[in-house]
Amino acid sequence: MQYKSQAVAKPYFIAAIGLFVGQILFGLILGLQYVLGDFLFPAIPFNVARMVHTNLLIVWLLFGFMGGAYYMIPEESETELFSPKLALAMFWIFLVAGALTIVGYLAVPYATLAELTGNSLLETMGREFLEQPLPTKLGIVVVALAFLFNITLTVLKGKKTSISIVLLLGLWGLAVFFLFSFYNPVNVVLDKFFWWWTVHLWVEGVWELILGSFLAFVLIKTTGVDREVIEKWLYVIVTLTLITGIIGTGHHYFWIGTPEYWQWWGSIFSALEPIPFFAMTVFAFNMVNRRRREHPNKAAVLWALGTGVMSFLGAGVWGFLHTLAPVNYYTHGTQITAAHGHMAFYGAYAMVNLMMISYAMPILRGRAANSNKSQVLEMWSFWLMTVAIVFITLFLTAAGILQVWLQRVSDAPLPFMVAQDKIALFYWMREWAGVAFLVGLIVYIASFFVGGEEKQA
Amino acid sequence: MSGAFTKSMARNIFYGGTVFFFLLFLALSFDTHSQLPKRDMRQNITPQVAEGKKLWEVNNCIGCHTLMGEGAYFAPELGNVVVRYGEEGTKAFIQARPKEGIPGRRSMPQFNFTDEQLDAIVAFLKHVNSINDANWPPNSQG
Repeated sequence: MQYKSQAVAKPYFIAAIGLFVGQILFGLILGLQYVLGDFLFPAIPFNVARMVHTNLLIVWLLFGFMGGAYYMIPEESETELFSPKLALAMFWIFLVAGALTIVGYLAVPYATLAELTGNSLLETMGREFLEQPLPTKLGIVVVALAFLFNITLTVLKGKKTSISIVLLLGLWGLAVFFLFSFYNPVNVVLDKFFWWWTVHLWVEGVWELILGSFLAFVLIKTTGVDREVIEKWLYVIVTLTLITGIIGTGHHYFWIGTPEYWQWWGSIFSALEPIPFFAMTVFAFNMVNRRRREHPNKAAVLWALGTGVMSFLGAGVWGFLHTLAPVNYYTHGTQITAAHGHMAFYGAYAMVNLMMISYAMPILRGRAANSNKSQVLEMWSFWLMTVAIVFITLFLTAAGILQVWLQRVSDAPLPFMVAQDKIALFYWMREWAGVAFLVGLIVYIASFFVGGEEKQA
Repeated sequence: MSGAFTKSMARNIFYGGTVFFFLLFLALSFDTHSQLPKRDMRQNITPQVAEGKKLWEVNNCIGCHTLMGEGAYFAPELGNVVVRYGEEGTKAFIQARPKEGIPGRRSMPQFNFTDEQLDAIVAFLKHVNSINDANWPPNSQG
C-alpha cells in the first residue's frame, strides 16, 4: 500500500465480514421461523432475531464504510491518516459496544434491557432499526464524530479530490441524520415523520454518496480511466441521487397521517430514484469498457460491475414496483417491501463494501491482487450470493403478490395468518435460497485462505 | 459526457440542486407540520396513550408487527386491530398467549402485562386507529 496508515482499514474489514456472517445466520433463523413458527421460541423470539439480523447489517456496513474511508482517504489526499491510533481505538470501542448490544438483545428481554440501559431518561428504543439502547446510540455518535474528525483533518491537510469531498458529504450526512434517532415525540405521526429522516435519508440519500465515491475510487484504480471523467460522472450520479431522493422521502408519507399531497410528491420523485442507479450501472460498465489497463484484481472489477447492476435492480426496479401511491396502498407493509429491502441492501451496500474489501484487502496483505485460485473462488462466491439474493427476492415477491391478493384485494379478505399459511411454500423456497447464500458466504471466506501464486505489488 | 460539459459544471449543479431540493423538502415539512394538528388527533394524546406508546416501544412490538404499515411483516398490522378484534378482544388475545408458544405455529410472547398496562396499550392502539391516514389499510384485515 502507498501509505502506512491505510493499514488501520484491515481490522475494520475483518470485523465487517465477521458480523456479516452473524447477520446471515440470524437471517436463516428468521426464515425458518416464518415456516416453523415455534423454532427457538421462546428463547429467541422473532423480534429479537430480527433486531440482531438488521442491526448486524447496519453495523457491518458501517464498519465497511469506515474501513473503506480509512483505506481510501490517505491515497486520495496523498498523505498519512491524521491519527491511526484514534482509528484503532475507535475500532475497538465500536466492536465492543456492538458486541455488548447484541449480547444484550439475546440475553435479556427487551423491556429489561430498556430498563437497565436508562431508556426512561430519553426514550429512543423500540423503533425499527433504531432499537439500540441509549448508551449504544451515544457510543455510535462518539465513534462517528471521532471518525469524521480523523477523516476530515486528513483531507484538510492533504489533497482535496472530488471523490473525497463526496465521501465526506456522505459521511457527515450519515452522522447528522443519525441525530434524529434521539428525537422520539409522543405523537406517533411526528415520531414516524422524523424516523424517516434517519432511515430514508441514510439509505436513499447520503449513503449513496458513500457508495458513489467508493465505486469511483475503485474504478479509477482498476481501469486507469482519467480522473476528470470519473469525477464528472460521480457528480452527475450524486446530483441525480439527491434531487430525486430527498423529496422521494415522501413515498414514506402516504399512510402515516401526513397530508395527502405527499402521495404526489412522493410518487413522482421516488419514481425517478431508479435513474441515479441506472446511471451508476452505465458508469461502471462504461469505465470498465474504456479501461486503459488490465488490473490483475478481476474479482474487484466484478464486484464493481455487480453493485451497479444489483443496486439498480434491487433499489431501482424493485423500489419502483411499489412506490406509486395507488400501488403502495395495497402493497405497503407486505412481503413486497421485504423483497425490495433484501435485494436493495445487498446490491447497493453489501456489494459496494465487498467491492472495496476485494480491492483493498490484497493490497493490505502486501500484494496487488490475490492468486488466480483465490480470485476464482471469490468470483464463485459472488455468483452464489448474487443468484441466491435474486431468488430470495423473487420468492418474497411471489409471496408478497399472493399476500396482497388474499389479504387486501380479494372480495373476501383473509386474516393475516390464514394468508401467511397459504403462501408458506414460498417461504420454504426463500429459506433454501438463504442456505445457498450462506454457502456463497462460506466460499467467500474460504477465498481468503486458499493461497496460490499471488500477483506482485 | 464530454466536450462542453465540464466537471466544474457538474459540481455546481450538484451543490445547487441539492440545496434547492433540500430547501423544498424543508418547506414541505414545514407545511406538513402546520397541517398535522388536523390529522394526527394530538388533542387526544392522554398520559395513558403516552404510556401505551412507551409499552409498545420497550416490548419491541414493531419487531414482529406493523403499525400503519411500518415495521416487521411477521405478525398482523395493529394500527386497526381495535376495529378487527375490539378493545376487549385485543386485551384478551394478549393475555391468552401461552408462555411456551404454540407447537409448530407463530405465537406472540406472554408479556405478563398488568390490567393498567393492557388498558394503556389499547388506548395507544385506539389512538393510532383514529389518526387520519388516508384511509389505510384497505380493509379491516390490515
